Amino acid sequence: MTKMKYQKIILISVLIAAGINFLYAESIQDGPRLGHAVSPEEIAKWDISVFPDGEGLPEGEGNVVEGEKIYQQKCIACHGKNGLGASADQLAGAQNELSSEYPEQTIGSYWPYATTIFDVVRRSMPMTAPESLSNNEIYAVTAYLLYLNNIITKDEVMNASTLPKIKMPNVDGFINVYEEEKSKK
Amino acid sequence: MTVDRKNDLSLDDYKVAGNGLLDRRLFLKKGLQFGAISALASTTSIAASKEVIQNKNKADFDPANPPWMKQPGAPFSTYGMPSEFEDDVVRYPSPNEVVPGNGVSWTPLHKMEGTITPNGLHYERHHNGVPQIDPKQHRLLIHGLVKEDLIFTIDDLLRYPMQSKICFIECGGNSNAGWNSQPSQSEAGYFNGMVSCSEWTGVPLSVLLNEVGLRKKAKWIIAEGADAFAMEMSIPIEKAMDDAFLALYQNGERIRPENGYPLRLIVPGWEGVLNVKWLRRLKVTDRPVMARNETSKYTELQPSGKARMFTFPIEAKSLITSPSAHMLLKEKGLYQITGLAWSGRGKISMVEVSADGGKSWAKAELQEPVLDRALTRFRLPWNWNGKLAVLKSRATDETGYVQPERNKLVKERGRHGFFHYNAITNWQVDTDGFVSHVYDKDEIPKDNSDISIDSGWD
Repeated sequence: MTKMKYQKIILISVLIAAGINFLYAESIQDGPRLGHAVSPEEIAKWDISVFPDGEGLPEGEGNVVEGEKIYQQKCIACHGKNGLGASADQLAGAQNELSSEYPEQTIGSYWPYATTIFDVVRRSMPMTAPESLSNNEIYAVTAYLLYLNNIITKDEVMNASTLPKIKMPNVDGFINVYEEEKSKK
Repeated sequence: MTVDRKNDLSLDDYKVAGNGLLDRRLFLKKGLQFGAISALASTTSIAASKEVIQNKNKADFDPANPPWMKQPGAPFSTYGMPSEFEDDVVRYPSPNEVVPGNGVSWTPLHKMEGTITPNGLHYERHHNGVPQIDPKQHRLLIHGLVKEDLIFTIDDLLRYPMQSKICFIECGGNSNAGWNSQPSQSEAGYFNGMVSCSEWTGVPLSVLLNEVGLRKKAKWIIAEGADAFAMEMSIPIEKAMDDAFLALYQNGERIRPENGYPLRLIVPGWEGVLNVKWLRRLKVTDRPVMARNETSKYTELQPSGKARMFTFPIEAKSLITSPSAHMLLKEKGLYQITGLAWSGRGKISMVEVSADGGKSWAKAELQEPVLDRALTRFRLPWNWNGKLAVLKSRATDETGYVQPERNKLVKERGRHGFFHYNAITNWQVDTDGFVSHVYDKDEIPKDNSDISIDSGWD
């Protein structure tokens, strides 16, 4: 190797190293690794997310009749009789189609997944006492809301096996704008 | 006629567009400045500050010898507050009628200047109140499709290397009164002020995700807040690894409780609801969770009956903050048109202003530095001739996207999408100088139906 060539290689190496340093200066990449290990049992206490395929649904079950009782006690004040809405969202009883001049966006007409009802009731409802309902009660309220929207019959029972199997009328009513844009790029 | 005395030019010589719009460099020209300022009727002086009114009532008041120069001033304070004369510069809360912790409060953009929102005026959108979190008891759990589940205390996170970014946060529902068939007559900030801009400082999310180690199937990350709503939102992993970060500080101090204390996820340029406050959990997954606030809400119903979902970035938008609705121009003459522009896709490249309802446009001066995904201040001098004028501003961002007129937006999206309203706003100055919000004539829909905005915050 000639001396010139050798110098050239050194020069390139220095430039590459400088480039890497520059990148590091631009964005922080490494932290001090201060996170603490956490057991699956502990994570289970935190993780209350429920997915459309049923992942995250707990044990327990509830039916429409039980759900109606809970609804009358704990939901009706804001969501109105038969889920027709009051100070909070209308949940059922949509008459007008989504493409009409006065669209009604209810669980039955708009929500794409039944599991979302369980997820949001468990984490957020009732607003005055969130996380106060038992899993059986949440399944029951979910069943009642699906019944009010003519999606299940009065004798159906909701649990971790039956709830994810429900196909919501508007499941195909959404355009995933993020994925569309990504595929164009 | 105001005259540039040094150069002996009239304001007409600075005309750049119809109905009195003047060269954006007018106020910067030496010589003209003094001549012009004396004729400048600022909207602040029009509004008549309380100080002037109160002092006028005191018979013995002489501005040459004010009483506050004749006695010692107030002592030091541990935490400074605005002047008592500025007590009308406040957020405007609009809570749900039954659940007062559910609703919004608007930033008074029409009473502010510059681009940084003071922490006490940053807009709020809560779904069930502001939790009072003890930082010693708070934890952040990162789990799911990772090589190692980890949990962090706030003290842990405070030891991480940090970065700062000045960026706006805008609620996806901001300006939604624009979908109404009649123009809102609220002050500019009180129907467009669900946008605020802060310097946020914290730990890049990519640093923590690298520590837990993403598994190959990782595609989404589900963020959860520690409020009584347990806010839950799904965010694509690309964004999480790109520029998202975990903020601990807002404008130099620890984040205020109403903005997420002690920890907030910042997702620059993306709609506010994704910037999860009181962050307590990040679950790495291969799919979105389809939470209530990414299905039944924060989706936009289109005239076809289909709804747009995962519409994350805020599109370019601008708003004249002064003159704006409810202000009064007492006399014709030289004014400064000023406002804000922003885009969730990058920097603002241009703001144009019209004073003749869109017939002609002039480029406004952009206040430097113009920052990526931050509020950008624009200004333009305007010589009002006392006749009817319709003021508009139109933003263009660095991707080339141009803010649409309202009729174009409504034609494309209908009026029931509720979210992501970014159309041009018209302020009409009538011959008495009163400013009101108007739509272009062809924007009044046939059906005259309306959606109720105040009850929309569920």
